[in-house]
Amino acid sequence: MQNHSVEMRGIVKRFGSVTASDQVDFSANAGEIHALLGENGAGKSTVMSMLSGVYRADEGEILIHGQTAKIRSPKDAAMLGVGMVFQNFRLVQTLTAAENIVLGEKSSFWRGSKWIKNKHAEIEALGERFGLHVPVDRPIWQLSVGEQQRVEIVKTLYRGADIIILDEPTSVLTPGEVEQLFETLRVMKKAGKTVIMTTHKMKEVMASSDRISVMRKGKMIATLDTAKTGELELARLMVGREVIITRQEREAVQGKPLLTVNHLEVTADHGRKALEGLSLSVRAGEIVGIAGVAGNGQKELAEVLTGLRAWKSGEIVFDGKPVKTASVRGAIDAGISHVPENRMKSGLAGRLGSVDNLLFKSYRSSEHSRFGILKAAKNRSWSQELVQRFNVKTPELDTPVQQLSGGNQQKLLFAREVSHRPKLMVAVHPTQGLDVGATAGVHELLMELRGSGSGVLLISEDLDELLQLSDRILVIYGGSIIGETDHEHADREEIGLMMAGIRHREENAV
Amino acid sequence: MSPKNMSSSAVLESTAVPDKSGKRFSLRLEYDSSRNRSPWWSPVLSVILALLLCAVFIAANGMNPVTVYEKMFRGAFGTSYGFTETLVKAIPLLLCGLGIAVAYRISVWNIGAEGQLTVGAMAATAVTIYFPDLPSFWAISLMLVFGIAAGALWGLMTAIPRTHFGVNELITSLMLNYVALLALDYVVFGPWKDPQGFNFPGSPMFTAAQSLPVLGTTRLHIGLVFGLVAVLIYFLLIKFTRWGYELRLIGANPNAAKYAGIHIKRHIIIVMLISGGLAGIAGMAEVSGVTHKLMQGISPGYGYTAIIVAWLAKLNPLGLIVTSVLFGGLIVGGYSVQTIGLPSSISELLQGAILFFLIAGEMIHRFRIRRSA
Repeated sequence: MQNHSVEMRGIVKRFGSVTASDQVDFSANAGEIHALLGENGAGKSTVMSMLSGVYRADEGEILIHGQTAKIRSPKDAAMLGVGMVFQNFRLVQTLTAAENIVLGEKSSFWRGSKWIKNKHAEIEALGERFGLHVPVDRPIWQLSVGEQQRVEIVKTLYRGADIIILDEPTSVLTPGEVEQLFETLRVMKKAGKTVIMTTHKMKEVMASSDRISVMRKGKMIATLDTAKTGELELARLMVGREVIITRQEREAVQGKPLLTVNHLEVTADHGRKALEGLSLSVRAGEIVGIAGVAGNGQKELAEVLTGLRAWKSGEIVFDGKPVKTASVRGAIDAGISHVPENRMKSGLAGRLGSVDNLLFKSYRSSEHSRFGILKAAKNRSWSQELVQRFNVKTPELDTPVQQLSGGNQQKLLFAREVSHRPKLMVAVHPTQGLDVGATAGVHELLMELRGSGSGVLLISEDLDELLQLSDRILVIYGGSIIGETDHEHADREEIGLMMAGIRHREENAV
Repeated sequence: MSPKNMSSSAVLESTAVPDKSGKRFSLRLEYDSSRNRSPWWSPVLSVILALLLCAVFIAANGMNPVTVYEKMFRGAFGTSYGFTETLVKAIPLLLCGLGIAVAYRISVWNIGAEGQLTVGAMAATAVTIYFPDLPSFWAISLMLVFGIAAGALWGLMTAIPRTHFGVNELITSLMLNYVALLALDYVVFGPWKDPQGFNFPGSPMFTAAQSLPVLGTTRLHIGLVFGLVAVLIYFLLIKFTRWGYELRLIGANPNAAKYAGIHIKRHIIIVMLISGGLAGIAGMAEVSGVTHKLMQGISPGYGYTAIIVAWLAKLNPLGLIVTSVLFGGLIVGGYSVQTIGLPSSISELLQGAILFFLIAGEMIHRFRIRRSA
């Protein structure tokens, strides 16, 4: 057997009822760039967080340079030479790059100008060696995201890490910076370091790595040599083998067009283009699935449709009327309901009880309040009824919803969103983090909604879910829809390729 | 708050400790951001701990803490004079504390009640100076309106920078306190100085028509009713109205509030207007009910003490009545121990200690100790 610099055996990590990492075996060698590939939520970051001491594994063992290691904290990991560059940087904005890098260093009490000068030189030399230009004396807030990342990398190198983990390092970089980063990774590799990089971008994996481990739904699927594989195989591994999917029985869609979006252009935060000429339509009584790798504009699409984000140009027609401005109230009143991506972040108020959480969207209506005064007793009995109808298990109506299980929280959220008979539901990852039973419950609710003539726009990264529920699947890539299949002809391999930005016809032509 | 890729609980530190059987287990301290509501008894415990801590200082001064506390208690609540004085002190605390509680409910950290109170007092005094001959009802009403308006304006000067330019309200509200206090100095030394005042700083004495009615021969004025009515209105608004629901939602989860179509900025402005307005009433009541003229040091830090009062009441309107009376008593009790040779600053010491334990408790509550193999 080879002597691996990192070896993880049978790693299990559970968060409540969700198993984020299920008997994962992983190993990486010194002098290689190892890519950990998988969709969002596949468990890549969880596994790497255990290696760097942010989480602790429930089961399994970790070996560093062949020796069993007890990694209880990031400090332990650092002692073993494991350093992690997080997706969101851990830098002090007001300190300079050099100050951030030496932060936490225990040596030398007196830090005069000479000491700083020496450190600057040392850091610059280190950066140069790995092809990382770091503006040592500038405060972090003045640096671009790419520069900040370089500071983070130099920080881990400066602390003597020889196992370097980069969590989605390319997600924040421009194409030029990505190339530069890969060059640095190659230098590190030549210097005998172990480089592990998590990503969901296949092209980058092919371009930079030596070996690739693919994860899916918390399980390690395969480890391959980059030279002996291709994007096709990787896509197949990422989305899973052809398993028999029980498609939900249904009548054909005959509804009238409900939502039409034409050439939508949306600028996201920091001026990045999020949607570019996106067009789609949803008919009444139809579930339209949006497949795609995270970060291709799904979030922005959902936000625009629910009034949370303004758009630059393009046309949105809902229920025969053009939508003029982004307004949450407008969207609610028009009959668009929203199951947001992260239910506890924006969908529910964890500290409040069920009644307050159910009233979110409807408290302004005359049914629930009059002259600005809430109809307390009526709202209570209405909530009680909803909780029963949707089978939400809560000890009491006033129990803070953060104490409910994820499945019950989601049921409560659906109860609210369905209660005011929406014409269109925009559901974003509605089953994320739910167990099998709760997932089935959510699917049933979505099918019921379809049956009652509402349209559903289902944005999900779970291809199985999309195949099971959707009448049509649209694939979003780079802010526009690049492919469409109906559910009779849906082919997961083709969808998987389109999700990676590869169109089937192009592939044939090559 | 916590980094994105950490769940609600994150391990902060861990220490390995061998237990009796020699097996190693570890204790770790976990931060759980969902535990953001401390239990009802935490304020009570804070008060008890503060009393214990200050007992050490009293004992170090060579006195028996029990006697001192007893003396304080008697001074504040034991006699009818003491008790009415306690209530007099409780009035500005209640009004300012209520204003602070409204703002804190949606995490708008207004620490400018002191300044808002001061400008309220100044605006009320302006009525007496520029409209000296109004009949009682009109004088009092106009003073009240001016006081509220000035306080609200001061609150607005904190709210607008926050909503439109992202300026931290902690800084602006605190800085505006100094602006208000300096403006007060200016008017009492300058234009509004009493010509018959032997050159002492201060406005002319208010007439009877410009003074709030008092209870019998005591100094207890009708400001207490203002405070209680305000608490009642606030309680009803929070509990039963759409507006109260919206505040509750913003307080619990601003993201969720945005998602429910609530304009948070608008609410910040409304809340700061109310917060400042209530402190303005307190200022008006102080000049019109207690001092009967505008002078330096119109507030011995009511606006700051009210922060502790609001916090100790856990922003609960009914709790505010209890805590403001308690703190009023603390101030009066502090005066009464001066006779036995202790400085009255003992009451400030107690106030500080209470806040300290309260905040520490709030923090500690978010951690839990886990034992794991």
